[in-house]
Amino acid sequence: MIAYVIRRIAYAVPILLGVNVITFVLFFVVNSPDDMARLHLGDKHITTEAIEKWKEERGYHKPLLWDTKKVGVDRVTNTIFYINTVKLFLFDFGSSDSGRDIGHDISQRMWPSLAITVPILVIGLLVTISFALIIAFFRATYVDTWSVVMCVAMMSISGMFYIIGGQFLIGKMLRIVPISGFDTGIFAVKFAILPVLVGIIGGIGHGTRWYRTIFLEEINRDYIRTARAKGLSESTVLYGHVLRNALIPILTGVVVILPSLFLGSLITEAFFGIPGLGSYTIEAIQRQDFAIVRSMVFLGSVLYIVGLVLTDISYVVVDPRVRLN
Amino acid sequence: MNIVILKTDALFFILIMVVFFYVLYASKREHLLIPWRQVSRQPMGMSAVVVLSLYVTVAVFDSLHFHPRLPSATDSGSPIQYSSEVMSVFDLLVGPMKRRVEKTYSAPFAAHAFAKETITLADGSTRRGYLRLTHGAAHLRDPANERAADLLGKSAKGFLFGLLAWLCIVTGIVTWCARRLGVPFRNLSASMFAGETATPWRTIFGTLAVCAVVIGFCVSVAPYYHILGTDKVGNDVLYQALKSIRTGLLIGTLTTLVMLPFALLLGIAAGYFRGWIDDAIQYLYTTLSSIPGVLLIAAAALMLEVHMSKHAADYTSLAARADLRLLALCTILGVTTWTSLCRYLRGEALKLREIDYIGAARAFGVPHLSIITRHIMPNIMHIVMISMVLDFSGLVLAEAALTYIDIGVDPSMESWGGMINSARLELAREPVVWWSLLAAFVFMFALVLAANIFADAVRDAFDPRLRESNG
Repeated sequence: MIAYVIRRIAYAVPILLGVNVITFVLFFVVNSPDDMARLHLGDKHITTEAIEKWKEERGYHKPLLWDTKKVGVDRVTNTIFYINTVKLFLFDFGSSDSGRDIGHDISQRMWPSLAITVPILVIGLLVTISFALIIAFFRATYVDTWSVVMCVAMMSISGMFYIIGGQFLIGKMLRIVPISGFDTGIFAVKFAILPVLVGIIGGIGHGTRWYRTIFLEEINRDYIRTARAKGLSESTVLYGHVLRNALIPILTGVVVILPSLFLGSLITEAFFGIPGLGSYTIEAIQRQDFAIVRSMVFLGSVLYIVGLVLTDISYVVVDPRVRLN
Repeated sequence: MNIVILKTDALFFILIMVVFFYVLYASKREHLLIPWRQVSRQPMGMSAVVVLSLYVTVAVFDSLHFHPRLPSATDSGSPIQYSSEVMSVFDLLVGPMKRRVEKTYSAPFAAHAFAKETITLADGSTRRGYLRLTHGAAHLRDPANERAADLLGKSAKGFLFGLLAWLCIVTGIVTWCARRLGVPFRNLSASMFAGETATPWRTIFGTLAVCAVVIGFCVSVAPYYHILGTDKVGNDVLYQALKSIRTGLLIGTLTTLVMLPFALLLGIAAGYFRGWIDDAIQYLYTTLSSIPGVLLIAAAALMLEVHMSKHAADYTSLAARADLRLLALCTILGVTTWTSLCRYLRGEALKLREIDYIGAARAFGVPHLSIITRHIMPNIMHIVMISMVLDFSGLVLAEAALTYIDIGVDPSMESWGGMINSARLELAREPVVWWSLLAAFVFMFALVLAANIFADAVRDAFDPRLRESNG
């Protein structure tokens, strides 16, 4: 088992290296640091000194890959590729283009993101699985047909309309909770209720339909027919057999997104003014802060790959039929 | 007229040509027609097709671009001058809606402005009040009393007009079918409306009726009122929503078109050749798919901005600039979505290469390229078809979300995301400006719902696994 985990993690290293090469090419080769400086400084008639100064403040004045002026190891380490890209592997994000420590910002801002995404995931999962079970119970009846129609209709509404509708109805008309903003500690709950509620409702359509498919696939299996032939009640069959076996694909589907919960949701955080990593990214995009966007791309990839590794491991843990070879 | 072909227009027309040739090709081959026949028997699927074809029609008309002629100077000898503004045929068709710009917000069907202003009266004194709109309900002398009756009359006229058009279309369809099948008109129409035909004509006609009435209403009322009000700078919201159709459809279709060659080529190559080619391609798509899509798009959008500021001289026209951004968005969305299709195609190619007839082809010495084009390609096309229609609705929704966070289409381009973005802040107003949001919601919902229903019908018909379990 440990050997398997180590092997899976070893596979991840070349992929992360590939991600870094892609971001490096995107940020430093397609457009040179000179272009970035010009965009940042705005004016068309800026002097070369201003550009050089801007680059030097951010460490972009160094050679891209190879420094011919230095000797020994310094030839590789004193370059943009080494400082801005290789160092990410040590989770040393450096400082943003406006001079703040990115690593510190990230560790601060991931908590509000988690406060929104974790409840959405957990409660949303419970709600959608219950709905899907109910629909599976009423399969091939009008309840089933109309529930699926409802799910498709709910899927067809853009997530933004759920947010706007929720803000308008609950925040503005009923004035139960604040429309947007955030607070520290326990007071955050007041601000988190609405985004969480909206997130759950917005996910019902897709989730319920997907889990219904999984349940129906399981219901048509031979062992279910055997269980019915034994004379087990419908509820025992549904909870004891269908649900337990259907949980395998559901669980492994959830594990892959677990690490990404840290990143938060860009749209939700933008609408509700939550100071999480999603809004951090949006602010960076709007301020054209290349260093932050680059760090977030790397962090997102790391979390996704961690999710993939966890998925593989969870298969082995929950499903005894999967063997390691 | 000076015709302009924007890059996205060209790609869109290529796509339409591809679909056209596919239809020609498939109509002569029975095995390709079978799944489509199954699609054509699903009532929900067919009413979705009606709605989708309406959207496509608008997008096609909106993709025929040209520079309009400037009203030339008095003497006829001067050379013809073209405006630098790019217009489309669709703009010509709905011309009045484009030109009738108010000062600022106005509610649907309103005759007066939405906000109070200081009005200067004839005698020089001023008072606060609601100003009359320049265009909305301008033909009425006393809107307070006349408006309801006028609206009722115009809608009734539009309703009748729509019904008449519907009757003509339905008669045309039934006559054509009757001639083709050699059945008397009366019998066929009776069985169609009774729902006894294999193709659910009753549902199709019903959907057509709804569409015809709505369009008739709009055609009749739009020249006199702003049906969905006006936005902050006084543009007609209905016009904006209609213009956004092209943006949404283009994102949904061109993304697939852009990514398809890569996914096909790499997916088949990986599955068919195995070995190091497989390893390399798998590495490529795992790497790309491990970058979160939004972040990759954000990074690319940022880089595009740098690129455009560097080559500012090349993008003088607003339309060309917006067009490039749209194309870049399609490309980068394609980069983030092709990996899943590539993975499916690889898996299918892996399975197919072990099948006996391909082994036989190899034993006969058929070159690889012929095996791939003759034996593998036709057998994986259903996967391409399914993923194309399934991706569509997700892409339309993604466009709106991306535009909202400023990494989507150009702000000068009409899109539903942009409409939501500009309208959202106005929800805080009292009374609420809701019509822009409503328009974006209705237009997006209808398109995405139709696309979802159509995608389900296509998937049910084309997925061999589902087909076996159903049949």
